[in-house]
Amino acid sequence: MLKIENLHASINGREILKGLSLELQPGQVHAIMGPNGAGKSTLGNILAGRDGYEITEGTVEFEGKPLLDLDPEERAAAGLFLAFQYPVEIPGVNNTYFLRSSLNAQRKARGEEELDSMQFLKLVREKLSVLHLDDKLLHRGVNEGFSGGEKKRNEIFQMAVLEPKLAILDETDSGLDIDALRHVAEGVNALRSPDRAFLVITHYQRLLEYIRPDVVHVLADGRIVESGGPELAEQLEEHGYAWVKDRIAPEVA
Amino acid sequence: MSALLQSLASGFEDDAGRRAALEAVLQDGLPGPRSEAWKYTPLRALERREFASADHAPEIDATLLEDIPAPRLVFVNGRHAPALSDMAGLDAGVETGLQASAAGGDDRYADRDAVFARLAASLAREGVQVKVPAGTRVEAPLHVVFVGAAQDGAELAWHLRHRIELGEGARLALIEHHLVAGDHHHLDNALMEIEVGAHGVLEHARIQSGSDGATAFLRTQATLQESAHYRRVDLELGGALSRHELNVQLVGDNARADANGVLLADGRRHLDTRLGIEHIARDTSSGLLWRGMATGRGRVVFHGGITIQAGADGTDAKLSNKNLLLAPNAEIDTQPVLVIHADEVEAAHGATVGQLDEEALFYLRTRGLSEREGRILLTEAFTREPLSAVEDPVLREALEEQVVAKLQGVAG
Repeated sequence: MLKIENLHASINGREILKGLSLELQPGQVHAIMGPNGAGKSTLGNILAGRDGYEITEGTVEFEGKPLLDLDPEERAAAGLFLAFQYPVEIPGVNNTYFLRSSLNAQRKARGEEELDSMQFLKLVREKLSVLHLDDKLLHRGVNEGFSGGEKKRNEIFQMAVLEPKLAILDETDSGLDIDALRHVAEGVNALRSPDRAFLVITHYQRLLEYIRPDVVHVLADGRIVESGGPELAEQLEEHGYAWVKDRIAPEVA
Repeated sequence: MSALLQSLASGFEDDAGRRAALEAVLQDGLPGPRSEAWKYTPLRALERREFASADHAPEIDATLLEDIPAPRLVFVNGRHAPALSDMAGLDAGVETGLQASAAGGDDRYADRDAVFARLAASLAREGVQVKVPAGTRVEAPLHVVFVGAAQDGAELAWHLRHRIELGEGARLALIEHHLVAGDHHHLDNALMEIEVGAHGVLEHARIQSGSDGATAFLRTQATLQESAHYRRVDLELGGALSRHELNVQLVGDNARADANGVLLADGRRHLDTRLGIEHIARDTSSGLLWRGMATGRGRVVFHGGITIQAGADGTDAKLSNKNLLLAPNAEIDTQPVLVIHADEVEAAHGATVGQLDEEALFYLRTRGLSEREGRILLTEAFTREPLSAVEDPVLREALEEQVVAKLQGVAG
């Protein structure tokens, strides 16, 4: 589904990713852990198509096609979703209207029929129940005045409605209390399916207790330095990131 | 002596009454670059132009008006068009007329800076005259429509002087439309005088979507008596040059003025709105919410003047003017000016000029919206607050639609 090979990326002339390689199969959940400044969010941003990064080397393929030439909206229509670490407040843009426009823009781009407001409402009702999200939030501006937890849950709600093939969760656990964390995890788990993949970027192991990953990668200094099963996350939690510091990056698969 | 003023004065040689008022204007000439009130709207180019006097209402395609219900009063090129007007449904008690009040000295417009108001006051023959008797609450909104129509390539000028008068406890909704029938380069000069009696309520909307070549000057001069409420919203969407001087005097205790607006300058448009809100009586309040956007080589000029006179204690005045600069060659000049001579007042004003939030745009795009759709959504959201104050849902939606249509056009 997603194949990243030897990705080098810099911002303002400073190299952040230094030969990152990663391969994700449909149905899998991969976690990317790493210390602050390792390049975790950069990876999410580059995959979603944020401006300002220079790709100096390497390739990214999504479902067998080059990803990096696509505009952010083309990536979305192709089935890629980024849950933001800091979801943006957009006062004046109604949450529901925004989400319906987004879904219909994606459907249109894929040559599918757009949903009318009744069909959309039905979809929203279904998805809301999973997330314990107050439906009052739907009528507000996008993330306008939402608490930290509400913003993160709104990201997962958007993901549930947009039904991407690959969802990247960028530190979705940061700033969440234990209840909110559980709701978010439930939302994610409800969406797990054999043809959907997740890339969970996180600093702490906590989230991975609720969302069990198939593979855990450790990202340090712009490279994957260690990959393993869920137990790797536990080892990290125990020993800290210093533990992986001196390890050598595995060869590109 | 400017070619402009000469051309405007011609045709009035035999009219002694108007001629006398004109002489004063001709003598003073147009305000120059040193005038603070005209600093950001230079008249140099206009000063060299000549306009013929509009003498009749040409035929226009009536479908232009099909979305505007009765009761409606229609003017084409500054002349009343009876065939297009329809006063059905207007409350029987309301007096309407067309005869502009007689020319003559009016001290309020004696200043050189008020040259166009002065011209309208002295030269206008027609205008909308509405008088709502005390206690009459008019149900259906009254639409007044001003169409600028192309007329064999001629560049025409006209002057209108309107008077809207609400008696004690009277209520009226007035919707002012400025429309285009064919591209033209006319000069439309109007003065609207408004008097809202004690406890009267006037709801006023104005949609200015004039021709790309048109020049429009409008002076609104409103006086509010005790506990009167004047609420208006302006959409400035058209014209090559459109300047609106909105002067409101709160002369009665507890009077309230709410004036909101959206200014959207694209192409080479120059939109200038100049507020002069004067709190004279006690416990008066004003709420002013304006949003400006400039793109292309467009220019938005906003002056938010609030004066709280001595004795106007208990005044509450709020002005917010936010602007978006959407292109490198666009320009926005905003100037909030608060002058306070009274004690115990609450006054707040703020003006900002910023750019579209790129982070928000990226967020929208990651959800599937195109850059164009994202820009429209964000700019639309930016204009929503001033319009949300409009209580009538039909009118509010109509105004929102106008803005969205404009934003879609601007986004290409």
